[in-house]
Amino acid sequence: MAKSLFEKVWNAHTVRTLSSGETQLFIGTHLIHEVTSPQAFGMLREMGLGVKFPDRTFATVDHIVPTNETVEPFSDALADAMIKELRKNCAESDITFFDLDSGKQGVVHIVGPEQGITQPGTTIACGDSHTSTHGAFGAIAFGVGTSQVRNILATQTMAMSKLMVRRINVNGQLSPGVYAKDVALHIIRMLGVNGGTGFAYEYGGEVFDSMTMEERMTVCNMSIEGGARCGYVNPDETTFAYLKGRPYSPEGEAWDAAVETWKSYASDTDCDYDDVVEINAADIAPTVTWGINPGQGISIDENIPSPDSVPEDQVAGIEEALEFMQFEGGAPIKGISIDVAFIGSCTNGRLSDFEEVAKHIEGRLVADGVQAIVVPGSQVVASIAEEKGLDKIFISAGFEWRAAGCSMCLAMNPDKLVGDQICASSSNRNFKGRQGSPTGRTLLMSPLMVAAAAITGKVSDVREVFGVSETASV
Amino acid sequence: MALEKITQVSGTAVSVPGNDIDTDRIIPARFMKCITFDGLGEFMFYDVRKNEDGSNKEHPLNEQRFAGASILLSGNNFGCGSSREHAPQAIAKAGFSGVIAEGFAEIFFGNSTTLGLPLAVATKEDIQSIAAAVEADPTTVVTIDVENQRIRFGDQEVTCFIRESARDSLVEGKWDPIAELLEGDEQINATAKKLPYV
Repeated sequence: MAKSLFEKVWNAHTVRTLSSGETQLFIGTHLIHEVTSPQAFGMLREMGLGVKFPDRTFATVDHIVPTNETVEPFSDALADAMIKELRKNCAESDITFFDLDSGKQGVVHIVGPEQGITQPGTTIACGDSHTSTHGAFGAIAFGVGTSQVRNILATQTMAMSKLMVRRINVNGQLSPGVYAKDVALHIIRMLGVNGGTGFAYEYGGEVFDSMTMEERMTVCNMSIEGGARCGYVNPDETTFAYLKGRPYSPEGEAWDAAVETWKSYASDTDCDYDDVVEINAADIAPTVTWGINPGQGISIDENIPSPDSVPEDQVAGIEEALEFMQFEGGAPIKGISIDVAFIGSCTNGRLSDFEEVAKHIEGRLVADGVQAIVVPGSQVVASIAEEKGLDKIFISAGFEWRAAGCSMCLAMNPDKLVGDQICASSSNRNFKGRQGSPTGRTLLMSPLMVAAAAITGKVSDVREVFGVSETASV
Repeated sequence: MALEKITQVSGTAVSVPGNDIDTDRIIPARFMKCITFDGLGEFMFYDVRKNEDGSNKEHPLNEQRFAGASILLSGNNFGCGSSREHAPQAIAKAGFSGVIAEGFAEIFFGNSTTLGLPLAVATKEDIQSIAAAVEADPTTVVTIDVENQRIRFGDQEVTCFIRESARDSLVEGKWDPIAELLEGDEQINATAKKLPYV
């Protein structure tokens, strides 16, 4: 019988059915970081349990790492303690740790793929909801809580109910100035922030076929913002070309065998899906969020919704968002002044994000009064970008070029909004208080849209600011 | 490892209305700089309850008449966003023993169940009735009958939904699956052997 990738991977990793009816699922690759793992190690110690598959567990530090100081101890004593705790836990359990001095540290969802640890047909878990990123490779990748981190450390398995699969086809060609981030925001806007509850999202169609791996990662990353526990793209030649020669990729004969296995996991063309959604690429415009969840997005040409233009059941949500954002319903999003611009995060902190922006900002300057920071997703991204001279382009345009980490996506390090500042951000969440100030305001958009906002000082259309008219890459 | 069989939870209630209440709101990221979950209770819904100068906002969670509430009422897609278990940990450590909402985000649901915190899905209308009863008389005891998927408050009773796997694990005292996962050791090894990349 024809099967989807999700079903094939799920079946291959099923250990058994538990008494609750849930599946005991084998997790082939476990990624850990400093925020959600220390309590799990603590629980293991209390229970007298060890780490069952240390060689299938990989660690890095990302959430709380300062991006403007590199010498320990860090000025934030709690952050310093958390890094040292992870270092100790990894050493005691013989877990590979991409530490700050490794040259490989970075946001866990950027490190896994660039090291070749993330591979097709595998199961991946991490105590972070954006683990869905790894689905870009045709892996089934879940964000989990700390108790599940403990379970996976102890048994390399977790208890979970099987998901339904929704195929999302995006066909046609994206317009110039429209990026993978816009595709993600458009999908969430269409299907809602909880539309994916109970589903895995399988992304396909011409747009995904022609996307680079980094673009696929951006879309899969935001699956969870649409409520889907995971999202994936079937592995293809683009996937294999990306993985070839990475530190943890198989080599020689093992490579050939692995590629054959990976191909076999792709969804069969005639498999059944629980749901299918069709999206026309031409309908997707540069998109910006105006509210307090990632589904509250509009195209740059649209006006912010007003409570009297929406169905009754949405009125309270819109009023709450407008009040928090201090925006007026019915007003244009374009032209709203910004205070901070942030380019980075597991959504848009990869080399191609910085290359695309650098290509357009040369010779331009960040507007007066705007703080613009660029945070590479990993030390590897930073060093390649620096070799290419991208750092200098950013710095001469008035951006700050920082060290790798999650930074202002969730502001667990010193990079925070102050008061009710407005931030044009390439990150993934615009929740109230997300960027470190309880009243801080976040507008999500693509990295080039952030750059356009940084340069003009207000929410702007990339197509106008940068004259993006030739067909852009997706 | 014998766990408590959670067939029902009971207590006075408080309502935190709204849809899409995310885990950043339940526990802001700045309070996650910790290596244990101890002490998270006092930071639950911190920015919802407090002004930036630390003074209290006007909010049901700050009202004396709802002090000691152990059942939380809310809207749809409760617990969306980050996978941080710190969110249900904070709710539990703040003294809550159950949440009733129109719907829950997936990861939050799993994290809560694993802690033995029952999450019951009810209709908007029923939640409004419960909230109205609690508003009229904050001493109203609200009971989530996990086993029978019912919510009782005052002399009223409504239906709720608790996913079967969660319900069974709560009622049978297996909400933390670690013991059973460990028992599968031989089969775990057999599964690992079949996977070429492991």
